[in-house]
Amino acid sequence: MSTRAHHTWRKCKNALMQTVTFCCALLVIAPLLLIFYTLLKSGIGSVNWDFFTKLPKPVGESGGGMANAIVGTFILLGLASMVGVPAGVCGGIYLSEYGSSRLNGWIRFGADVLNGVPSIIWGMVVYALVVLPMKGFSTLAGGIVLGLIMIPLIMRTTEEVLQLVPNGYREASLALGIAQWRTITQIVIRTALKGIVTGILLALARVAGETAPLLFTAFGNRFWTHHLSDPIAALPLQIFSYAISPYEDWRRQAWAGALVLLLLITTINVSVRVLTRDRFRK
Amino acid sequence: MTPDQEKQSRTMPPANPPRIAPPRPEQPAQPATAAPVHQDMPAICVDHLNVYFGSNHVLKNVSLNIRARAVTAIIGPSGCGKSTFLRALNRMHELIPEARMDGTIRLFGQEIYAPDVEPVIVRRRVGMVFQKSNPFPTMSIADNVTVGLRLNGIRKHGVLAERMEQSLRMAALWDEVKDRLRAPAISLSGGQQQRLCIARALAVQPEVLLMDEPASALDPLATSKIESLILELKKDYTIVIVTHNMQQAARVSEDTAFFYIGELVEFGPTAKIFTSPSQKRTEDYVTGRFG
Repeated sequence: MSTRAHHTWRKCKNALMQTVTFCCALLVIAPLLLIFYTLLKSGIGSVNWDFFTKLPKPVGESGGGMANAIVGTFILLGLASMVGVPAGVCGGIYLSEYGSSRLNGWIRFGADVLNGVPSIIWGMVVYALVVLPMKGFSTLAGGIVLGLIMIPLIMRTTEEVLQLVPNGYREASLALGIAQWRTITQIVIRTALKGIVTGILLALARVAGETAPLLFTAFGNRFWTHHLSDPIAALPLQIFSYAISPYEDWRRQAWAGALVLLLLITTINVSVRVLTRDRFRK
Repeated sequence: MTPDQEKQSRTMPPANPPRIAPPRPEQPAQPATAAPVHQDMPAICVDHLNVYFGSNHVLKNVSLNIRARAVTAIIGPSGCGKSTFLRALNRMHELIPEARMDGTIRLFGQEIYAPDVEPVIVRRRVGMVFQKSNPFPTMSIADNVTVGLRLNGIRKHGVLAERMEQSLRMAALWDEVKDRLRAPAISLSGGQQQRLCIARALAVQPEVLLMDEPASALDPLATSKIESLILELKKDYTIVIVTHNMQQAARVSEDTAFFYIGELVEFGPTAKIFTSPSQKRTEDYVTGRFG
């Protein structure tokens, strides 16, 4: 082969490779665009004032909304944060600032395994540990299961952002005669605060859309929930039960619910972007 | 410093109420008032100090006395244990999990490794400035200076403001930052950041100041500012400085210790170390034949 032909062939290969990888990159974001398009098309028509303010109507009546499910999702996320944030952040602090490297290796491995556990398994575990002893589905059980899912997620991100804090800050603080716990709470955590908040938000975004564990715990409710020991509605649950229903009106509302849930999660993700925007700018 | 500022720093209030019950009657508790100090009494007596990191024997049987209100320079090639020695003086080397030590280090007569002495207390008496300036990025200039006081429970606004100004004046930084004390500390230049770190260390009113190559990351102008600062500070403080710069050691120090592979090869007056060392290895090193 002449040098020239060789050169042309190499250029072809390069162009081919570029095209293939570009198509794969498009494939990655195509589902996102499709999801947004479909949800907007099918859901936007049913997103109205009633949707945010009214309770679901009984079968056969049209109209009504998902107010209880929207509020329920926020209540569940609040409860989950009360469980997941303290435990996750403190665990991350332990991994990063204390602990022996061998023990930490095991804890880290355990957290990674937990992050891979299917969420329905979490639901079954909390069903056995909370729902059965309490003799009923409850808001509390729903909050606990989402909180438990958050713990290993928050723990790992907290550890990672604490590790990014240069050791010089810890040394400078300790050399001033500042005790280690004060160094950690006032210097290290303050330096990494944005990253920790980011980790918490990402974990919230992840559990906000969980459905399977809630089937075993929060169960869903057609009305307002007034006690932690009562079942509670949540957007993903409501979407699930409406989407598999035979009623046209309910299925329209399921689309609207999906759209609202996606917007909620997107909002969380966008705030993460805003928070992290200048994290590495010095 | 202008004569005016100098006066201010000279008339600092008494620096240190003794923080450890002193077994020593002659403790120079107030470095700022010149009267009762015995120039002969060493600030730090290091006796048969050995430091190990795991199975690595990094300091071998080091004994030396560090004079009060003088500058002691530690020189030697990289990896000879200079920094470890410095860190052993305020128990910072203990942060390394595998570290062990034996021997004794007495700070104005007080054994700093005694079982009832907490490292936190030792570090308040023996401050430290690092090679890389490390002001806290989340804090303003003012907050950086007072952080050591605030996090040790001093909350009175007047006290904090007063100490902040004193410390910044002593670190020769006051005039450059007095109009922007609320600005973020990382907005300062490299040399200013290092002087801010010195001010931060001075604010907790230590008796001894350890400096680990404080000027090695700075340009010549900033370096000379740090050096004149050291000459100023030694009137009140005992200073131990690790340096790779032989001229710097010669310019600022009274005594010089030469370390080589974990051993203290020679220790004596700086003039003698640099002009007529008694050890061949010292002579080779200070004349640049190795290291």
